[in-house]
This record gives sequence, structure tokens and C-alpha cells, in this order.
Amino acid sequence: MPVELSAFSGSHLNRAPENHGGDVISFENVGLRYGLGPEVLQDVSFALPSGSFYFLIGPSGAGKSSLLKLGYLALKPSRGLISLFGRNIATTARGELPELRRRIGVVFQEFRLLRHLSAFDNVALPLRVAGIRESDVRKNVSELLAWVGLRGHMQSRPPTLSGGQQQRVAIARAVIARPKLLLADEPTGNVDDSMALRLMHLFDELNKLGTTLIIATHNEHLVKSLGHPCLCLDGGRLEITPGKAAGTAGRNASAELGKVF
Amino acid sequence: MFMRRSDLPFDEDGLARFLPWLIAFMVFLATMAMAGALALSVTAGRWDKGISATLTVQIPATLAPKAQEKAIARALKILRAEPAVVSAEQISESRIMALLEPWLGTAGEDMRDLPLPILIDVNLDPDAVVDVAALAGRLSAQVPGATADDHGAWLNRLVSLIHWVQAVTLAVLGLILLVSVGTVVFATRTGLAIHHEAIEVLHLIGAHDSYVAKQFAFRALALGFKGGVMGLALAAPTLWGIGLLADRMEAGLLPDFTLTSAHWLALASLPVFAGLIAMLTARRTVMKTLSEML
Repeated sequence: MPVELSAFSGSHLNRAPENHGGDVISFENVGLRYGLGPEVLQDVSFALPSGSFYFLIGPSGAGKSSLLKLGYLALKPSRGLISLFGRNIATTARGELPELRRRIGVVFQEFRLLRHLSAFDNVALPLRVAGIRESDVRKNVSELLAWVGLRGHMQSRPPTLSGGQQQRVAIARAVIARPKLLLADEPTGNVDDSMALRLMHLFDELNKLGTTLIIATHNEHLVKSLGHPCLCLDGGRLEITPGKAAGTAGRNASAELGKVF
Repeated sequence: MFMRRSDLPFDEDGLARFLPWLIAFMVFLATMAMAGALALSVTAGRWDKGISATLTVQIPATLAPKAQEKAIARALKILRAEPAVVSAEQISESRIMALLEPWLGTAGEDMRDLPLPILIDVNLDPDAVVDVAALAGRLSAQVPGATADDHGAWLNRLVSLIHWVQAVTLAVLGLILLVSVGTVVFATRTGLAIHHEAIEVLHLIGAHDSYVAKQFAFRALALGFKGGVMGLALAAPTLWGIGLLADRMEAGLLPDFTLTSAHWLALASLPVFAGLIAMLTARRTVMKTLSEML
């Protein structure tokens, strides 16, 4: 029986519906170069409507992480136009960026957990930053950490956790505030297959609730089995391949998850 | 909220070890300078009151002994008739000799021949307004050659010296403030550089600059206050020691360095000021530095 997380159904994060039917994220002829180096992204254009689920694939060094960094506003493009939730980033005042960022969940490739904070406090950060009541923070964070199998590690600090456990903390932090857009860089790179499927189910659940996802991955098996469309990067150029209905592996995964919960 | 959990790993950056000490030294210097200035203002007030309530009347020693006696009696009569005069006494010859001893040596036989002027020590009512010039005029009209000195010239020089010292003390306090603010700015910038990764994470999950600034500000308040208390703890025994030494001197030249309770309160509030200044400086530095970032 699938478990519904109240973290995702609670009222504390209900936001006014915005940009109905519009694109959550769009790139138009975006180019990016670091310093005076060559362009790592060239003429990248795409627009993802609300509720889409895309994998971002490509060989190492193809620019996947750079594209995600542009998406979560850690970098500015050298040229082109990026819009998030219908707003042109170039003309958005710096003081308004935090509100945009609060609608974006990010799973960093290197996790970027705060080492001095417990797993609980790391996951609680986005809620505390957004000024959510402490009682709500406690309830939702505990529940989500238990869901990703870290019930016994809530007070552990990241250096004492394994790579897989840290990755789950990072994912929990990215999804705790129920983002409208989730950008994940290799979110299943450090966990075993069953945990990878479990996390994919979490992403699916989010997607069903209306979150738009871009998941960068090298895991071809996962890409094939889930059948979502792909943003394929190669040599800094982007191609979009359409998805297909979820294959048997995906259904098996769901069945497996159903057994687990 | 004072010791709230911080989202930034402040314990790891080492600033908590040296910043309180730097602030402690600044507060120590500020306390000493302020205590000096406050004690001087007390002393200046006391000197002003003490000396302005006295007059010294001088009658030249050129008259024949009999005429001199008469002149002294006339002068004393005029002085004692003044309502503002509390007392008027002739200073005895032996007292004058004692006053001259440091300059002329022990009074010997030959010194008896020196034409020493007659001095009359006049104490005035400190609250009364006395027209010293008019009084001197009346005196010299009836006692030829008599002069009245209200120590004005000497007092003016002394007061202007004290004002200069106070101005220098204020400048020293200003410099201490400037150096303290500079130290906190530098420490905060170092903190921002050390924690830039964690700050970037906070930004990326939607923290406003003010959220980050608040963390630095709380910390600066705590470290500034801690440093202030340490500085005061260093200054208190030092001041007590100086007071003790000054008491032992018992010299008329050295006024006793005493502070009023209001002054002690002002000194005790320095750690609070140190904390507040550190807090405001840190907040401003963080807001300014972050506004230049993405």
C-alpha cells in the first residue's frame, strides 16, 4: 500500500497557483562559457510545462551540471534567455530571487550538506529559511527522514553517514518544501538499486503532485525502464528525445515499492 | 534566542578565539581613556569650585611696622564686611616661610630681612557672586598697594589644559571605535570567505541576505559582548590599582581620582556597546558583501 507523505499534502506549503499551463522552466538560445574558455553550452533551447518529468543525459563533461546550475540560479548564462515560472531571470531583481529559489528543489551532485548540522537540521533548512513554524518543521522532517530510511540517523552529522545515506539526506532536503521544480544531479549515484527505485518512486510521487523534474543521470537502465523523455546533451548541444510509456521494469519497480510500503 | 543554533559552522573558523580578545583590548583601552576623562572632569569641577571660592590678598611689605599693622587691620575689616566672605585670615609668617622653603631653603637669620609681603587668605561663599575687581578697587583705595588675586589666570590655564586632555581622550576613543569597527569588518569578511560554500547553499535553498546577515550579527553580538566583559574585567583592577596609588600620594597637587556611580555605570555599559557595535557592523558588512554576489 503506497504511503502518502503528509509532508507533501500538508497545508503549510500551499502556495497560490501560478503560471497555470505555462512553462516552469525555459531556455532560449542559452550559451555558457566559463571565463574566456570555450562554450560548454551552445544554443540550448527547451521549455518544460508544469508537471513534466525529464531525464538529463549525456556523457561526462557534456554540460549536464552546468545546465542544472543555470536552472537553480547558481550561474548566469553568457547569452540567451532563461525564464523560471514565467519570469525572465535577467530582469528579476536580486532581492526577488530567494522567492523563486524556494520553489526549486536541488539535489547537488556532491550533496553539499552542511557538515556541522545533523541530518534533521539539514533537511529542515529550507523550511526554516522559509519561516515555517517549528512544530510543522519537526513533524514533516521526521516523517520524510523515516521514509528515506534514516529514522535512526536523524541526529547524525553528514561526515558520519555513508555516501548513500548522505545522498538520501540531500534528496530529502531538496523535496521537503515540495518544490514546483526539482533539479537533481545524479541523485541515485550512490545508492543500491532498490534504494534507487525507492527514490525514483519519491520523485514520481512529487511529479504526480505537480512538480516538474529534471533528473541528470548516467543510469541508462533507469532511463529506459521509466520511459520519461530525455534532454540529451552532447558537446554542449541539446537534443530532446520523446519518452515512451513506462516499461515493464518501471511497473515492476512500482509493484516492488508497493510491497515495501 | 541569544545562543540560537547557527546554520553556519562558526565553531570551525577560529574567529571565536581571537575576535573577543581583540575587542577585549579595545574595550580595555576605551575604559582607561574614559575613566581618565571622567576623573578629570570631576577633578576640574572640584578645582574650579575650590579655587574660585578663594582669594589671596597681598599687601606689600614696604610700610613701617605700625602702618603695616593698620593696613592689615583695614584690609581685614573691608574683607570681613563683604557678605560673600566666609573668612579672612592673615597667613602667619611661619606659614609663608614654609611655603617658600622649597625655593629658598630653610629659613635662616638672613631670611628674616627679606621683604616678605603680607598675605591674607580669603574664603568666599562658593554660591555667592563676587565682583573681585570691585573688591580689589575698594581695597587698593584704602590700603595703598593692596592687590586681590582670584587665581583666574592660573585657573584658566589649568582648565584649558584639562579641556585639551579631554579632547585628546575623545579623539583616542574615536580611534578605538574606528579600529574596533575595522576589526569586526575584517573578521566578518573573513567569516564570509570561510563559510562561502555554506552561504551559497543557504542562498540556493532560498535564504534572503538578511537571513545570512542575522546569523553573523547574532554571533558578532555574542563575541563582542564577551570581549567587552573580558576588557572590563582587565580594566577594573587596573583602575582600582591606580586609585589606590593616587590615594597613597596624598599630595595636594594630585586630586583624588574618584568616579561617581553614574560614571561607573557608563564604564560598565561598554561591553553592551561593544556587542551592539559589533552586531551592527557585522550585519552591514554581510549585507554589503552579499549584495555584490549573484
